Amino acid sequence: MANKKNYQKTLFTCTGWFVSLLLFFPIFWMIHTSFKTELDAFSMPPRFFFFDATLENYGIVQERSNYFHFALNSVILSFGSTLLGLLIAIPAAWAMAFRPSKRTRGTLMWILSTKMMPPVGVLVPLYLIFRDFKLLDTRIGLTIILMLINLPIIVWMLYTYFKEVPHPLLEAARLDGANLWQEIRHVLVPITFGGIASTFLLSVIFAWNEAFWTLNLTASDAAPLTAFIASYSSPEGLFWAKLSAASTMAVAPILIFGWFSQRQLVQGMTFGAVK
Amino acid sequence: MELRRSDIILSRLAAGPSILLLFVWMVVPLAMTIYFSFLNYNLLEPGMEQWTGLLNYEFFFTDPAFGKALLNTLVMVGMIIILSVILGLLTAVLLNQDFWGRGITRVLAISPFFIMPTVSALLWKNMLMHPVSGFFAWLFDLVNLEPIDWLADFPLGSIIMMITWQWVPFAALILLTSLQSLDESQVEAAKIDGAGPIRMFLYITVPHLMRSVVVVILIESIFLLTIFAEIFVTTGGGPGLETTNIAFLVYSQALLQFDVGGAAAGGVVAVILANIVAVFLMRMIGKNLD
Repeated sequence: MANKKNYQKTLFTCTGWFVSLLLFFPIFWMIHTSFKTELDAFSMPPRFFFFDATLENYGIVQERSNYFHFALNSVILSFGSTLLGLLIAIPAAWAMAFRPSKRTRGTLMWILSTKMMPPVGVLVPLYLIFRDFKLLDTRIGLTIILMLINLPIIVWMLYTYFKEVPHPLLEAARLDGANLWQEIRHVLVPITFGGIASTFLLSVIFAWNEAFWTLNLTASDAAPLTAFIASYSSPEGLFWAKLSAASTMAVAPILIFGWFSQRQLVQGMTFGAVK
Repeated sequence: MELRRSDIILSRLAAGPSILLLFVWMVVPLAMTIYFSFLNYNLLEPGMEQWTGLLNYEFFFTDPAFGKALLNTLVMVGMIIILSVILGLLTAVLLNQDFWGRGITRVLAISPFFIMPTVSALLWKNMLMHPVSGFFAWLFDLVNLEPIDWLADFPLGSIIMMITWQWVPFAALILLTSLQSLDESQVEAAKIDGAGPIRMFLYITVPHLMRSVVVVILIESIFLLTIFAEIFVTTGGGPGLETTNIAFLVYSQALLQFDVGGAAAGGVVAVILANIVAVFLMRMIGKNLD
């Protein structure tokens, strides 16, 4: 019996690692290539071990375009839009979870359906609005757009977490004379902190990777890492090592962020589907 | 619970900003788009805007590209959802087993979800799918097969493969969470009743996962209906119209042909299509909200 258990565990270990490494392989290959010389990056058969490891690609990429400028913009945009979104969404989710009316369900559906609007459908008008309000290529303009894009998901996720909170808990706070702000701040937020944290993480990831509005509404000042990497998509010969270095730089912050918050993310990503 | 009048006002105030913002976000650009769609409005001819009625729509619908793009959109969304749910489910079941190094494998397996679409598109297009120096070409060479020029010979399939890679981890994440909440006592009871692993999977695990599967389908279709960056970076909609979806068709009309009126008409059609899909999905998910 113990033998069979061990055999089974070995089998799962092998398949588990195989599948995970398979899924991770493209990312590994990108990081791997970024340390090669351009010649080695292209060589056939590919060189796995015996190549001249170099950091020069990173230096060249940094020289060509100031990475930190783009990275800072990505941080400001993704965190700024997420915080702003949470600030607006928490009261809304509270109202829908604890003071539902006949229209609440319809409103929730409608909120989610706004997310299905194809961005291209409204690109031109939005571009014109941005131009007229001098918001093109500004961090504030893009923060608002990213906030609006993620708002439906934020409201929806928060709603599913808030719904799990027993009403009497909030009623008790109310009877003790707490106003709405205190009720949310001292009772609701602490209880649902895990859920709010996962919502926060997911929204940051989506905002970081958003590549339609960030490409179309920025030029340089507010351009985040999506624009940084897009400048390498033009066919200017095949410089795979440099492309890999730039790609690695663009995804490294969010990848590390995701790895560290993985546990919280996994726990929270149920969207109310798990009871 | 009895609602007092002040409560009602308070809850309206609390929900107000979100709803108002989304309403403006949706209605203002949409109204402008609808207005533009009735104009002959080309950025190359400023000041020449003219009312043309439904002409833009007529052009858009009679353009053979429209049918092709619609079909491509549906194929992409459908295939990617089916593949990512099946592969995600298998991955989730596997990662839910007890084995050595499970924590690390989980981190590795969900990583593609964090990669931005532009990066993943560049990575697949160049380093993996390149017909001469790509990694797949080397693999084919190893087994003495003729390397494939992926994006030229199987453009739509290649795009589907690439995007499925991005979404399998997402499906696996959600299904894994759901698996972890599976009631152990139910599993034990079934075991005692002599149910084999396959029967247990079909009659206990799968029904338990249905709600999560619905959620995965909903979220993925929201994002997949508007796929853009991957096509933009890899194939540019081609060869021909092979990988043009509705989003890319509207984009090429607006920004490559400077035809704002035509693009606006396409945009309106895209919004209507999205809403048709939304209605179906909302019915599905509606039950999940209670």
